[in-house]
Order: sequence, then C-alpha cells, then structure tokens
Amino acid sequence: MISIEAMHKWFGAFHVLKDINLQVYEGERIVICGPSGSGKSTLIRCINRLEQHQQGDIIVDGTELTGDLKHIELIRSEVGMVFQHFNLFPHLSVLENCTLAPIWVRKMAKRDAEEIAMQYLERVKIPEQAAKFPGQLSGGQQQRVAIARALCMTPKIMLFDEPTSALDPEMIKEVLDVMIELAETGMTMLVVTHEMGFAKTVADCVVFMDEGEIIERNDPEPFFNAPEHERTKLFLSQILTH
Amino acid sequence: MTEAGTNSGAYAPGQHPDLPPPKGSAGAAGWMRGNLFSSPFNTAVTILAAILLYELITSIAGWFVLDAVIDAGSKADCRQAGSGACWAVIKIRINQFTFGFYPADERWRPILAFVLMFAALAPLLFDKTPFRRQMIWFAVAYPFIAGWLIYGGFGLVIVDTQSYGGFMLTLIIGITGIAASLPIGILLALGRQSRLFSIRIICVSLIEFLRGVPLITLLFVASTMLNYFMPPGTSFNLLVRVLIMVTIFASAYIAEVVRGGLQAIPRGQYEAADAMGFTYWKTTRLITLPQALKISIPGIVNTFIALYKDTTLVVIIGLLDPLGIGRAVLADAKWNGLSTETYLFVALFFFFSCFAMSRYSLYLEKRLHTGH
Ligand SMILES: Nc1ncnc2c1ncn2[C@@H]1O[C@H](COP(=O)(O)OP(=O)(O)OP(=O)(O)O)[C@@H](O)[C@H]1O
Ligand SMILES: [Mg+2]
Repeated sequence: MISIEAMHKWFGAFHVLKDINLQVYEGERIVICGPSGSGKSTLIRCINRLEQHQQGDIIVDGTELTGDLKHIELIRSEVGMVFQHFNLFPHLSVLENCTLAPIWVRKMAKRDAEEIAMQYLERVKIPEQAAKFPGQLSGGQQQRVAIARALCMTPKIMLFDEPTSALDPEMIKEVLDVMIELAETGMTMLVVTHEMGFAKTVADCVVFMDEGEIIERNDPEPFFNAPEHERTKLFLSQILTH
Repeated sequence: MTEAGTNSGAYAPGQHPDLPPPKGSAGAAGWMRGNLFSSPFNTAVTILAAILLYELITSIAGWFVLDAVIDAGSKADCRQAGSGACWAVIKIRINQFTFGFYPADERWRPILAFVLMFAALAPLLFDKTPFRRQMIWFAVAYPFIAGWLIYGGFGLVIVDTQSYGGFMLTLIIGITGIAASLPIGILLALGRQSRLFSIRIICVSLIEFLRGVPLITLLFVASTMLNYFMPPGTSFNLLVRVLIMVTIFASAYIAEVVRGGLQAIPRGQYEAADAMGFTYWKTTRLITLPQALKISIPGIVNTFIALYKDTTLVVIIGLLDPLGIGRAVLADAKWNGLSTETYLFVALFFFFSCFAMSRYSLYLEKRLHTGH
C-alpha cells in the first residue's frame, strides 16, 4: 500500500530523514514513536506531500509521488490525515467541515455528501453536534470531527500525527476508542503517538525513530518486552516511567 | 463561621437551587446604581453631565429646529423671520445638492438607479433575502443597468457626466470605488503572497506606490496628465478617470487589510486543505479567504469610510460634489454668508452614510461570530 525506499529529506542543510525504508501493507496498522524532533511528523507528512522528499521513492497505492500535480492530487484524495491540533475550519459548522471536501474535491452532490457525513459523525458518536461550530466543542469532540472529516473522503489510508497529545486526559480515551473501532474495520493506519496502550492493543507493528532514522521495527510484543537497541530501551524506560 | 470545603449548611451539598440575584443588582435600577450613582463623586459627575446635556440639547434644538426658518427668498428674509438656522438656502437648492446639474426631466433615472441599488445590495448584505440566488444575478447586472440609466444611450437621452453633481456624484464615486476596490484589493493581497516571483513583485510595487502617494496627486494626474498618454484627439471621460484612480487607490489599502487577515490564518488550515486535496483557488475561496475577510471587516469598512469621505476631494479638479455645489450656492449674493447651514447639511449627509456603514459592519461581525 505504501512503499518508501531509500528516502532522504533535508530542511535546508539539516538532514531530517535519513535513508528511510518502510513498507506498509493493506490493512496494516503501524505505530511510529520516538523522541521529540526525531522526524516522525516529517515522515508521515512526506506521504501526502505536505513535505517534499529530496531523494528516494515513495509509492502510495501504486502511484509514485513526484512533482506531478495529478499524482499528488490522486494520492491526497486517497490518504486522510488527522492532525495534533485538529485543524478544523472554524468558520464552517461540523457538518460543513465534513462535506466540504467531498463536494468540492470529489464533486459529490450536496445531499449525498451530507448523508455520508452524518453516517461518519454517528460512527464517531457525535451526530447531535452536526450543526454546531468547532469552537463550541471540546477538544475530544473536535478531534473526533476531524477523524470523521477525513473519513468522509473514503480514504484507503489514514495518517494520524499525535492525535491525542493536545487533549486533556479524560478526552484521550474517547478519541482512542474511535481509532480502535476504525482499526477494526480494516483501515490501513499510520499513527504517530506516545499512547503505548494503543500501540499494544491495535498495532501490527511498531516503528521506533531517532534522529531521522528508523532504528527498530518490530511486532508490539517483542518491541515492548525485548527491544533490541539501547536507544529504544532508553526511550521506552523514559516514557513508561514518567 | 463556615469551614473551608463545606457550604454554610442552608442546603445539603449538591442540592443548592438557582436563586434570583439580590435586589438592585440586575435590571435598569441595578444598571443605574452601578454605572451612574456608585459613589458621591460619580453622582456629582452624573448630575453635572445631565445639566450640560440639557443645556446643549435645548440650544441645539432651538437653532436647528425651533427657531429655524425653512421658507424664505433670501438670507435677509431668513434673518427677519427667525434667529435660528436658515434652512431655506438648502430647500431652494435641494435639487442641485442632490443631482448637480442633471436635467430635471431625466432625474427619475438616477432615482430609479438608487432604488434598484437596494434591491441589488440586499442579497449581498443580508443572507436571509428571499430568492437570494436569482437576486445575486441581478446584483451582478446592476452596475451595467445603473450605468445605462444614469448615462443613457440605447433609447435613453445621453446625459453628459459633466452635469453630474451633488450627493449623486458622491454616491457614484463612493459606491463604484467600494464595489470595485474590494475584489481588486483581494487579488492584490493574494498576489502579494503568491509563490510566483513576478506576480509578487508587480503586486508589491503597485501597493507600495499607491500607498505612498496622496489621493489628491492621483486625482491631478487623472485630470491633467492622463491626456498626455492618450492618443491625440481621443478624450477620455474625466469622471471615468477619477473612478479608476479612486478605485485603485482604495484597492491598495484593502489589499493590505486583507493581507493582515490572511496572515492571521494558522498554517494548519492550509495543511488540512492540502491534505484533503483542495487546489489553491478552492482553498482560498472556501477556507482561507472567508476567514481572512471576517477578521478584516473592521479594517475594510474603515477603508470604505475613508474612501467615501475622500470623494469630496474631487472638488479640487472641478467636479461638483456636494461641497462644490455648496460653494456655488454660497457664491450667490442672495445667500452669501450661510456657510454654517450649507456645510452642516453636507456634513450630516456624510455622517449618516458613514454611520450606516459602520453599524452594518458591527451587525456582520456579530452574525459571523462562530464562538472561538
Ligand atoms: N519546516 C521546517 N523547517 C526546518 N526545520 C524543521 C521544519 N519542520 C521540522 N523541522 C525540524 O525537523 C526535525 C523533525 O521534526 P518533526 O516535527 O518531524 O519531529 P517529531 O518527531 O514529529 O517531533 P514531535 O514529537 O515534537 O512532534 C526537528 O528538529 C524540527 O526542528
Ligand atoms: Mg510531530
């Protein structure tokens, strides 16, 4: 589904991503973790071209990411993304947030788009908030709207960039629950998160990054119980004890 | 004493009902006590202000209304009939103040254009207008309809622009400037942020040049210099030249106001739009521009009001705006010396137009507020 080979990226002279190789198969759920500044966000943002890589190949569902705008458009319409700070459109109601892209990008009729949006809002358990504006919702509700908004484009792949780290503890669970349900439907998911509980229950595999490199990739069980690398051990001991 | 962590015991914990507020802290009486009579000093100031206001209002009302003269044949008649304002000068010249020297038989045309303007504005200004969709097409066609009605041609007698004047001229320049400068200003603001270097450079130079030059000089350029650039023998209507200058001048200011709004849009909005596959123009139109315009409303209306009042500058290049008419009226020996009445009348006209714009902008801000 996603195939990244020998990919490098620089911000100016700063080498953020170094020789990244990553295969993601259909229906696979991958959790990416690592210390702050290690390049996790940059990596998943390369997959939908929010950041541009300079070397190596990224192929998403058979389409190669190049400068070609047609390819970028195609990939973006198949890849949904959920951000740390939700990035909902504050001037539109919850329902309009969900229907905007289907109507204007997918050229769907308004009524169909609204019907689908309501289905997804029900799936994230906030159909009753459809007429409200994002500014009137709690953080957890906003993030669930953001998930529904991405799903309304019926993507084949969902990218999550620390979807719960801007939330108060009591709201984290409601978002994780939605993500777990989504995983159960067989969605291909790439999740940057520090929620190790989520990684243990949902992930097919965990990727650990540090200083722009993928240090270790393993199934959750061995990853948490018997990490191979010193840096992984150090990282795990830090986040599990704090 | 109540202990920390418990209530005073009147109700069981968790059972406290909602009680009405203490007497005198809510309602009109409460407001007055809080705002007008909260201390002896405040009370004294309130009473003093009330006395002053009373004096002011009674004397103004006396001059404006009670002692004012409406019907008279000359200034001397006026002064005999009453000690207040001599509105007779306005009454006799009201048609000139309104239309300039627009022929009397054709005045129904600008009047009709003015009335139709409200029909064109309604769907743009108020989103609950009935038949809004169809009405918007009318709004799009309106500038052409109004131009035809006022200037003529196609079956109507042509009325040369030299005879336009008064409030009609103010409205023509002001409304054309406002309506045209908003889209042009938005394009300039977007161009200034463009990734294409050449577009950016053109927009920046244009904006900076226009903002660095007084409108008056642009109007002089319009009235004199433009002729040098035209092929000999062609005459390019002065009013059209003025309209162009006023519009591009205001556009530069609108561009900067809108740019301020665009810069306040968080990067995350662009990223979310990109991630869902919106193109640049769709992102702009559906996501960033609506938010930017909403933030910019006070600045935009500010620019509009400034533009509207600046239309009086055209008197300098010989157009007969209300001030020009006022001067012509005062030059009449019969009415010599009534400048207070004349200029106050013009001032009131501008005040009410600008006040309406400013109230509308407040209404718009309130309506677009979505709780964040
Ligand atoms: N637009 C940019 N320009 C320059 N440097 C950047 C840019 N974006 C990120 N960086 C740098 O790249 C490195 C990786 O950033 P990235 O956001 O991918 O880290 P991260 O692993 O997601 O960290 P966090 O857990 O804090 O989100 C950081 O050192 C950051 O300072
Ligand atoms: Mg990050």
